[in-house]
Amino acid sequence: MRDSSADNSCSSPRTPNLRQRRRSNEIPPEILKSNGTILLVNDKFKYKSMWIRAYSSLWMLAFVSLIIYMGHLYIWAMIVVIQIFMASELFNLLRRANQDKRLPKFKLLNWHFFFTAMLYVYGRILSQHLVNTVTSEKIFYRLVSNLIKYQMVICYFLYIAGFVWFILSLKKRYYKYQFGQYAWTHMILIVVFTQSAFTVANIFQGIFWFLFPALLIAMNDVAAYFFGFFFGKTPLIKLSPKKTWEGFIGASVATMIAAFTFANFLGRFQWLTCPRKDLSTGWLECDPDPIFKPEYIPMPEFISHWIPEKEIAVLPVQWHALWLGLFASIIAPFGGFFASGFKRAFKIKDFGDSIPGHGGFTDRMDCQMVMAVFVYIYHQSFVVQHDYSIDVLLDQIMRDLGFEEQLALYTKLGQILQERQLMHI
Amino acid sequence: MQKDTTTSSSTPPTNTGRIRHRKRSNEVIPEDGKANGGKLLVNDKSKYKSMLIRAYSSVWMIGSFVLIIYMGHLYITAMIVVIQIFMARELFNLLRRAHEDKQLPGFRLLNWHFFFTAMLFVYGRILSQRLVNTVNSDKVLYRLVSSLIKYHMVVCYSLYITGFIWFILTLKKKMYKYQFGQYAWTHMILIVVFGQSSFTVPSIFEGIFWFLLPATLIVINDIAAYFFGFFFGRTPLIKLSPKKTWEGFIGASVTTIISAFMLANIMGRSQWLTCPRKDLSTGWLDCDPGLLFTPESYSLLGWTPLWFPWKEISILPVQWHALCLGLFASIIAPFGGFFASGFKRAFKIKDFGDSIPGHGGLTDRMDCQMVMAVFAYIYHQSFVVPQSLSVEMILDQILMNLSFDEQEALYRRLGEMLQQGIQRMT
Repeated sequence: MRDSSADNSCSSPRTPNLRQRRRSNEIPPEILKSNGTILLVNDKFKYKSMWIRAYSSLWMLAFVSLIIYMGHLYIWAMIVVIQIFMASELFNLLRRANQDKRLPKFKLLNWHFFFTAMLYVYGRILSQHLVNTVTSEKIFYRLVSNLIKYQMVICYFLYIAGFVWFILSLKKRYYKYQFGQYAWTHMILIVVFTQSAFTVANIFQGIFWFLFPALLIAMNDVAAYFFGFFFGKTPLIKLSPKKTWEGFIGASVATMIAAFTFANFLGRFQWLTCPRKDLSTGWLECDPDPIFKPEYIPMPEFISHWIPEKEIAVLPVQWHALWLGLFASIIAPFGGFFASGFKRAFKIKDFGDSIPGHGGFTDRMDCQMVMAVFVYIYHQSFVVQHDYSIDVLLDQIMRDLGFEEQLALYTKLGQILQERQLMHI
Repeated sequence: MQKDTTTSSSTPPTNTGRIRHRKRSNEVIPEDGKANGGKLLVNDKSKYKSMLIRAYSSVWMIGSFVLIIYMGHLYITAMIVVIQIFMARELFNLLRRAHEDKQLPGFRLLNWHFFFTAMLFVYGRILSQRLVNTVNSDKVLYRLVSSLIKYHMVVCYSLYITGFIWFILTLKKKMYKYQFGQYAWTHMILIVVFGQSSFTVPSIFEGIFWFLLPATLIVINDIAAYFFGFFFGRTPLIKLSPKKTWEGFIGASVTTIISAFMLANIMGRSQWLTCPRKDLSTGWLDCDPGLLFTPESYSLLGWTPLWFPWKEISILPVQWHALCLGLFASIIAPFGGFFASGFKRAFKIKDFGDSIPGHGGLTDRMDCQMVMAVFAYIYHQSFVVPQSLSVEMILDQILMNLSFDEQEALYRRLGEMLQQGIQRMT
């Protein structure tokens, strides 16, 4: 999280670390010693930065809402754009200008690996969707299915080309710098693409599985800020001195309550809950998954006195939402701690400065990344009914057999199953 | 590759120019000529002694390797796991700094925690289907194993998150940079080590042939490059490894491709090497060789003179694939060695370890193997499997591996997918 207020406690050598969130009218002892004008400027400055931060938050919120309204494909495009910006920020972070001048093509090599990773990751996730989109035309279909069949080989050779290029570009006194940059590139791409791979997989399972966790993280952030602002006293962790236990616990409770209620609200929209099987952008309609069908449970005694309704409609997904909320409040903040520690280790203030008041894209996405991975794994393990062997075989059938062969397999299998049924009866 | 000659090429710039070609055994090098005769003799003796040590440990390695191959798939996997543990240890130790480590007591344990998590993840994914097939007979075990597989990803993820949180909670005030560096280094090591092994092990279970042939080709390329360079080496190949020469490279390439063609023929005739292993048993293997390993005869009448005794040769179709493997092994795989050389030079280390006398550490031996193993698996999955796959084979798999309910479920899902496809086409 970016420290936008003027009382930046981490880097001032004179005053001791300010361990509590300032209340708007509390006067720290150091400032009291100085004259009144500085106090006024300090306050004004802090309110101005809070205003900038709120302003850019609103813009981001509006933009994301628009994209969600437009659909899966546009959300994917937004994720790709965010990735490019994040990778840019991170690539630039540990480059050293003087050494880069002697190594002209090194930036290009980074983007070559980025492109290869993108082809690999999105190829794997979206291959079936792509096939479903182009089944209309015979030529396209064959081209696309060939691309998919040889996707691994293509990506591998692109990677090997980059690898060989790297080795041939090693220059005598820059070995250590170049190897460091190579490792750094790999780490960046792994971090950026792992989370985006899982995010995109979540999106096509249903926008709910992307929107809901993102909302929880934002909710957790905002709630932590306000709880800390009003009640913050005991520091949470040495890495981020602005965080407090009161903020943490208050935000956790708020997040879990919000998780339960938001899931109910969001789960009623078909636009958010239906999976998208192809890359089209039109309206979506589907039979809602059982976890989005409301179940009626009788109202507990103490509430039924106040409210006329006898039953309360609970979507089964709300129970899953509680687990997501728990993770978002307890584990996801560690993504932020990691980023803080990293910035402290390498003595950088922010990852970038694309977003006014917030820092760079990576500053915003640090907790989101941890959450996206968890949501995907949770979804695959506890929500979706999986049949491992069936999936593997279906994968093989779809990937390696042509359409006519698939039909032949289908008819033969149908015959065998029918014979077996007749025998059993 | 380890430098075993006493006049190493990475000498500091104060010495006379780098020795760019392989020494011939009786060639007198200008610098040594200036020294007295006693030194020359010692030089020679020590060089022969190191060559002997190198040959001795090579023979031992090849011997134990052949024994493991004879024993079977499961033992080969175990050997790979052991090699991985040693490689990880060498690499973990490489960039640690002793005095910083004393102040961070649990840090080494964290590395091994991540190692264990990675191993669980990679081998769980690879061996899950085979594990299921092994316990297919026992109902209780089958359910236990299926649920383990179902929650495999969650378990591995929880272990990783635990390690992640542990790392963050152990960050100590003035050691941030060192700790983050070590964290990144740990991840890179685990990716390199487990990435290549996660491609090697599936190759083994597809048929030992797909593991043995690439590994043998790398060894042949190495040895052939050494000898060609020894006898003919003159023009240097790349600044990174001054001992390598163009003559060695080209000679080794030709040798590797030819031996790939011939070795594939020899190896392809053994059922032990060509049959895939569907479960984790260790007994004898029996299977239908498949199209790839069935010999096809080509007549030589138009090609060879009349006195040539053989009128036709039988070629296994797999030999053509072996040519591609040989080409890769001779041209691209050496770049794995160059990478390792550059790395050692960048961080000013002589070898990754010293487990193997005369050769350095395990990572020194495995650097080219890793690049080759990945390629062999990807090649196999992309070009070999689709060729040999047919409707009958998949039908067999369905009927063998799935229960009745699962077969019907697959039938239904396949029907849905095909219907959607038909709808789109019309």
